Amino acid sequence: MISKFSRVFSKVDKKFFATYRTAKDIPANLEREKMNLFTAVNNALDITLQTDSKALLFGEDVKFGGVFRCSLGLNEKYGNDRVFNTPLCEQGIAAFGIGLASTGVTAVAEIQFADYIFPAFDQLVNEAAKYRYRSGNQFNCGSLTIRTPCGAVGHGAHYHSQSPEAYFAHTPGLKVVIPRDPVQCKGLLLAAIRDKNPVIFFEPKALYRGAEDMVPKADYELELHVADVVKEGTDVTLVAWGAQMRVISEAAAMAEKDGISCEVIDLQTLYPYDLDTLCQSVNKTGRCIISHEAPITCGLGAELTAAIQEKCFLRLEAPIQRICGYDTPFPLVHEPIYLPDKFKVYEGIKKAVKF
Amino acid sequence: MRFSVRCLEKRTVALKPHVPFALHDPGRVPLAPLPVEATYDTDAIKQNLAMMLRIRRMETLSDQSYKLKKIRGFCHLYIGQEAIPVGMENVLNWQDPIVTGYRDHGWHIVRGGTPFEVFAEMFGRAGGCSKGKGGSMHMYNVKNNFYGGNGIVGAQVPLGAGLAWRFAIENPTAPKNVAVTFYGDGAANQGQIFEAMNIAALQKIPVIFACENNQFGMGTSKKRASYETDFYKRGHYIPGIKVDGMNMLAVQEGTRWAKEHCLAGKGPVVLEFDSYRYMGHSMSDPDSAYRSKSDIQAVRNERDCIAQIKNFLVSEGVMTTDEMEKLDKQIKKEVDQELIKAEQSPPTPMSELYTDIVLGEQYSHRTCQGTVWNTA
Repeated sequence: MISKFSRVFSKVDKKFFATYRTAKDIPANLEREKMNLFTAVNNALDITLQTDSKALLFGEDVKFGGVFRCSLGLNEKYGNDRVFNTPLCEQGIAAFGIGLASTGVTAVAEIQFADYIFPAFDQLVNEAAKYRYRSGNQFNCGSLTIRTPCGAVGHGAHYHSQSPEAYFAHTPGLKVVIPRDPVQCKGLLLAAIRDKNPVIFFEPKALYRGAEDMVPKADYELELHVADVVKEGTDVTLVAWGAQMRVISEAAAMAEKDGISCEVIDLQTLYPYDLDTLCQSVNKTGRCIISHEAPITCGLGAELTAAIQEKCFLRLEAPIQRICGYDTPFPLVHEPIYLPDKFKVYEGIKKAVKF
Repeated sequence: MRFSVRCLEKRTVALKPHVPFALHDPGRVPLAPLPVEATYDTDAIKQNLAMMLRIRRMETLSDQSYKLKKIRGFCHLYIGQEAIPVGMENVLNWQDPIVTGYRDHGWHIVRGGTPFEVFAEMFGRAGGCSKGKGGSMHMYNVKNNFYGGNGIVGAQVPLGAGLAWRFAIENPTAPKNVAVTFYGDGAANQGQIFEAMNIAALQKIPVIFACENNQFGMGTSKKRASYETDFYKRGHYIPGIKVDGMNMLAVQEGTRWAKEHCLAGKGPVVLEFDSYRYMGHSMSDPDSAYRSKSDIQAVRNERDCIAQIKNFLVSEGVMTTDEMEKLDKQIKKEVDQELIKAEQSPPTPMSELYTDIVLGEQYSHRTCQGTVWNTA
């Protein structure tokens, strides 16, 4: 039994997929196909199930394709033994995933909305994150990946719009990853699944249909723990992740018209994050704005602000700003006021430059 | 001046629902026999029909409004399950607290709310029952002990058991009221429900765990989600009764059985309603993926709650078909007007974004410039 598994394992280890540092490093000559975010996720899951015979995909309603169509066609292709529905029990889904992963199975568990992840919080924080540590590396659940849609979608209100990344970024032992578009998504998801540590992969639900790109058809990974400098600039560093990348890019374009050159960075891996790239940028520009949808107090922006100012204090020309959601539950009709939109970010850029 | 004297006539009929009553007796407390007959009064049952028509019309208009993008967000319709709130409320009173999940529009108007409050809430207007801050899934009525309206599946069940704890403490052998806590066949697998059931049984809490089994947990049929689909048995050591949820009189008598059990100080009980929803789980659910139109039509033809009551009223001579048609039209007009009123009502003010977070709050709206907007 064990020898059979190790033979299969070495097949995956043979690395017939390439790993690139960021999306910029993907060669231009690769054959590409138009995909949106959910198709990219679907493609990555398909590749996972194909190349890793120990991979399983499960969650609520994944069998018919999932509420966002991320698992479309996978049950038909790989059968009930590998792609199956679970009952409505997030704690059970996470816990079973941890159990499976600790026997070596590549468990890809879906939590239908990130807002529902809280029953599973105990399992993820107390069990998944600490398994390797408390057993002195005898056991681990590294082959567990939790995939979950997060973020505002325009009408989600309290329980279909939350961005709970900060709770998990505060838990050593877990990794937190979030893509900004289909090319990143496929590469990061494959990297997250194959990473030998439990990873929580947030998928911005607003981008499932909204984001489209020409995505390489091949099997490829993008490195985790690397922040991607999407646009180079000299005056202000803008940091965000997920769907918020579009917002800060638009704000940067607005600032460009005023002659302000912004450097736009996608953090990608939220924990453990790439502080070096951030500091390199802030040392260059001297100004920094961090933006996220989650409430401002104790959001991830607070951590990044503290870490950056510690390293770059003498090079800062203005206080680091956090332009985030307010400290309220995610509202219903007041969502457009609550969200940190491009105008708020633009105001922040002007304030930083005028300081 | 002449006026006719209305006789409130109480009648008793034998109960023969499509889905017969079933009992789960774990043998821990003595149980009353299953209901075999229903009592109704001729005036109240007309009000029941009117209420069911009102719920159905309100939900149909919600469906239309959603498709016209007047309602955004999530909207879970109750069409098909109207017999449950109407039948139960014949037995419960407004001191019996109830709490349900997100399929709550019908419950709001049965508990003293109006369709205007429901529509306004979904449109995000100030006149909505939760000031437009909650939306479709969060309708509440504090005066009449309707604890809502909850979005997270299953989370309301332990809360509901807690609502009844007070009655057990105040009067353990003969509690004054019961609480009813609703959940669906999908939620029945949530661990917290079993935690609540255990505490309720230990403390003899007069709570009815009411499972509205509409056969599907969104896209997953009950057979694929639950190893035991007889949800009335899932209380294990707690007695349970299965009731035909499409037959209003069966619902009424089943609820009476459950309430009398709790009021005798015997502890909690599980009440499963065998029901069916004609629409998808929510407006975002194209239910063609997991069931066929003919299945829905078959249930509609055979067991529709409104059709059953209409046939019953005609055969009992309480109402004629003409009178029922008139009632239909009247209710339709009434609810349509409420919709128009709601569409024209003022929106929720922006200040509601940062109020009601905590009591006694001093909220500072932080932005890069220090103020969100000028509230003149």
